[in-house]
Amino acid sequence: MHDFASEFSKALSLIFERDSELWSIVLLSLRVSMFAVLISAIIGMPVGAALAVARFPGRRVLIVLMNTLMGLPPVVVGLLVYLLLSRSGPLGVLELLYTPTAMILAQVVLVTPIIAALTRQVTEMLAEEYSEQLRSLGVSRLSSVPVLLWDARLALVTALLAGFGRAIAEVGAVIIVGGNINHVTRVMTTTIALETSKGNLALALALGAILIGIAVAVNAMVSTLSLRAEQEGLRHA
Amino acid sequence: MFRDCIRAALVTLGLVAGPVWAEEPFIVVQSTTSTQNSGLLDFILPGFEAETGIEVRVVAVGTGQAIKNAVNGDGDVLLVHSKPDEEKFVADGWGVERFDLMYNDFILVGPKSDPAAIGEGSDILSALPAIKAAEAPFVSRGDDSGTHKAEVGHWAAAGVDPTDASGTWYRETGSGMGATLNVASGMDAYALTDRATWLSFGNKGSLEILVEEDPRLFNQYGVILVNPETHPHVRANAGQRFVDWLIGPDGQAAIAAYTLEGQQVFFPNAGD
Amino acid sequence: MRDLVSEMTTSLQARELQIQSNGKTLLDVPELTLDGPGPTLILGPNGSGKSLLLRCLHGLITPNRGQVAQDGTLLNSDHKARQAMVFQHPVLLRRSVAANLDFVLKRQGFGWTARKRRIVELLAEGGLEGKSRQPARSLSGGEAQRLAILRALALKPETLLLDEPTSALDPGATQMIERMVLRASTRGVRIVMVTHDIGQARRLAADVVMMQAGTVVEHGPAKQVLVAPKSEASRRYLAGGLIT
Repeated sequence: MHDFASEFSKALSLIFERDSELWSIVLLSLRVSMFAVLISAIIGMPVGAALAVARFPGRRVLIVLMNTLMGLPPVVVGLLVYLLLSRSGPLGVLELLYTPTAMILAQVVLVTPIIAALTRQVTEMLAEEYSEQLRSLGVSRLSSVPVLLWDARLALVTALLAGFGRAIAEVGAVIIVGGNINHVTRVMTTTIALETSKGNLALALALGAILIGIAVAVNAMVSTLSLRAEQEGLRHA
Repeated sequence: MFRDCIRAALVTLGLVAGPVWAEEPFIVVQSTTSTQNSGLLDFILPGFEAETGIEVRVVAVGTGQAIKNAVNGDGDVLLVHSKPDEEKFVADGWGVERFDLMYNDFILVGPKSDPAAIGEGSDILSALPAIKAAEAPFVSRGDDSGTHKAEVGHWAAAGVDPTDASGTWYRETGSGMGATLNVASGMDAYALTDRATWLSFGNKGSLEILVEEDPRLFNQYGVILVNPETHPHVRANAGQRFVDWLIGPDGQAAIAAYTLEGQQVFFPNAGD
Repeated sequence: MRDLVSEMTTSLQARELQIQSNGKTLLDVPELTLDGPGPTLILGPNGSGKSLLLRCLHGLITPNRGQVAQDGTLLNSDHKARQAMVFQHPVLLRRSVAANLDFVLKRQGFGWTARKRRIVELLAEGGLEGKSRQPARSLSGGEAQRLAILRALALKPETLLLDEPTSALDPGATQMIERMVLRASTRGVRIVMVTHDIGQARRLAADVVMMQAGTVVEHGPAKQVLVAPKSEASRRYLAGGLIT
């Protein structure tokens, strides 16, 4: 067995050495996942809120389906996106396979159901509270969607963070559609997988520690920002 | 028109997501984990890229998957090590022509304690039956890769069918070489690996080389340009330049110059 | 020939209203016309159907049977747009005080400067000057209900429906709400307010609708209903109310 204490101290020293290649990998990870979360939010939030207020046959089925999609196996998503983007696939002509855009696409598929499902939960409670008042003001169900999204904004930050956590930590999908190509599509998680397969456990562990650090930093940053936004709200608007 | 619109929209996305469509030309090489994990490609590619300005993007997967990806048209050059499959790939019209590129060798690694009492030697065909007789743990790639195909061939040549014992002493990981070596290291098992991956592998634990230098463990790599007649989008010119460079004097010299722990691990043999 | 008063304020009529749930009749109002000049107070014990009647008049609940009409035509979306309702527990948006008012003003299509000016006027009307940037949900109970009334008034309603707006408030806060309601009434807004507080009815009502067990037992001028009720049910409610 390895002495994991010494492995870990090696790992920590790798972080503080600040290897420029490592940081470009970190930046690509952040860019891909943040962009994926942004697109997922643009799609998932209105869909989630609409599902919270709309009443139509099959709504329960749709909600169950969406909640199930939250747990989509990344490898399956990677495979589906690969088949879609492969040269032999329907979107092959776009030449997107093995690009960061392909990774963003795969992460959007993974993250959108999470954001949509969490948005539905949050807005459904709010919609119940607002329902009579909004109807009294003549706001129709569907036009209440932006009202609910705005008023649930603080809770929705948590939905975004959950989506981001899923995106940044995921490896199964991006390694298939990105190809883990050095300097092009190599991100944190695929690097960790690669270094583990090389038996470089110390480096893999160091990268894992950075990944966790990033997750903590992003969470802290967002919650500070939303807290500040709330305090700003007390002073202005 | 429609396609151009989508492209334009996605390029805009790409701008935010990073320089995806770089100005300089690039090719995609479908290759095996052994060439990447050993560090060979990282060593030789900068020379080619500096000389030609062509960026080489390597997708490293098992030989089986690399060939399937190339059949789907998701690569310009195929660099793998399973000669019969490569020849079939060309015969089926997916590739232009197969060239011998280089070879390395497989080795049998196992725990120092050597429960099957193989001893150090150079005869794979006597080592494998000894492992079966002792029912000592053996970890197989089990992933249809070049190494896996070679291993299956050696079991057959030794007259042993280990698949009956699958799940007992014969364990199939279904993973890459490195992942498989991690498993072997973790459970003190025997495994067949290519020498290059072994030398660069950082988690050997108690494993060491037990069988090597058996001529039957010779491991030939081939390189093939994906056929632009079946896949018109293949970057044939750049891909052909890469193939030509690899089998030409510069590429062959670069391969020969790569060492791990002072040992040469890939032996160029394109001209032979 | 219509009289002068109904020219000035709108009239509301309910015909054959019935609401049933699980085989029980919750509301049964054969005929009710609200067309007097001053505030109408709907008075009665808990569960007598006051709030249901109010929601029917506002179109929030569609009755199982019967119809609601305004000025002789069936209640339609135009009518509803000229009604506003204030609920027992104010439902304020999770925004600032000013943004709660801005929300309804923006929906009416006012420009930015007009909205700003109107918000200042409204806040002054409700005694909420200086609170405009505060989150609405941090207001006290009385302030929150005043904001809810201001938001309703921002709609420039012809009819203001209020569902026990002061039931959770102390006397001081109640008094401020009552003043706002009376001011709106003198400006010509038809007031229909639900209460179980007999004192409040005495202070505000021009006419009183007395309800009991889902039906209207008496409707008439406040002076008559509160002082010399004709029905036994009204008498008992008023007597009980005087004791407590």
